[in-house]
Amino acid sequence: MSQTEHGAAVNRGNRPLSPHLQVYKPQITSVMSIFHRVTGVGNSIGAILVAIWFISAAIGAGPFDTVNGLLTSWVGHLILFGFALSVCYHLCNGIRHLLWDAGYGFELDQVKTTGIVAVSAAGLMFLGLMIVGWMN
Amino acid sequence: MTMMTSRARVRGLGSAKSGTEHWWTQRLSAISLAVLAPLFFIPFAIALGKPWDEVVTIYKHPFNAIVAAAFLLAVFHHMRLGLQVVIEDYIHAPALRTGLLIFVKLGSLLLGFAAAFSVAMIAFAV
Ligand code: HEM
Repeated sequence: MSQTEHGAAVNRGNRPLSPHLQVYKPQITSVMSIFHRVTGVGNSIGAILVAIWFISAAIGAGPFDTVNGLLTSWVGHLILFGFALSVCYHLCNGIRHLLWDAGYGFELDQVKTTGIVAVSAAGLMFLGLMIVGWMN
Repeated sequence: MTMMTSRARVRGLGSAKSGTEHWWTQRLSAISLAVLAPLFFIPFAIALGKPWDEVVTIYKHPFNAIVAAAFLLAVFHHMRLGLQVVIEDYIHAPALRTGLLIFVKLGSLLLGFAAAFSVAMIAFAV
């Protein structure tokens, strides 16, 4: 190595890169893991809205109508729609997390199978919730 | 570590006298929510969008009221513990990090109690 070589110019050889998010192939394992965190934060926003809804209902019909009006506007519906999706996914995948915590399901094929089961269950749960919300 | 028995280490009884507690209470809240969330969201989906007096009637039912209050307390506890981990992972500036942690802890305590108390007000008073 010559004296003039320094910083980025140094030849570091053709060594493998450590897996970095931007160059890492998305897989069901990593994607579902990231979505658990994303939906956890999304659920937090939803929980705050639920709290505001109850607090306004306790204050009285006037404040409740304002909050209810916002939540049933089209933007409100869009947010609630996302919240429902987020809760269903997080709940079903949360049960998967709890099974891991108890020591079950660590084989790669099990991880894939339970992942597909969790996403399917979340989809069904979401449909069920939409039907209940719609019909009543 | 050689001065400590394996059991003491697992129980997290180091100098801080805690360690596994955050993880454990987060799992307890998750288990509670796995049951409470479906019980809560069905009457909630029915109530949502209805006028005030019908919403009040729904939550005057003791089952709906108790489930809603328990769900709200559990959810804000779970949310606080969860958001704490997310903040610790991504926010590294000390002042912002501490500020956010305090905000999340106090904010979720306050909102959780206020929301559960509101359910009780609806059930008993209005
Ligand atoms: C609206 C309700 C909920 C909110 C606001 C919420 C929020 C959160 C947040 C912010 C996290 C942290 C995410 C992370 O560290 O990546 C989290 C993690 C978790 N949640 Fe929830 N959650 C809710 C419902 C549920 C339900 C119903 C379950 C039921 C099983 C559940 C199970 C879990 C589990 C097991 C974890 C830990 C995952 C891990 O090991 O990284 N959550 N939640």
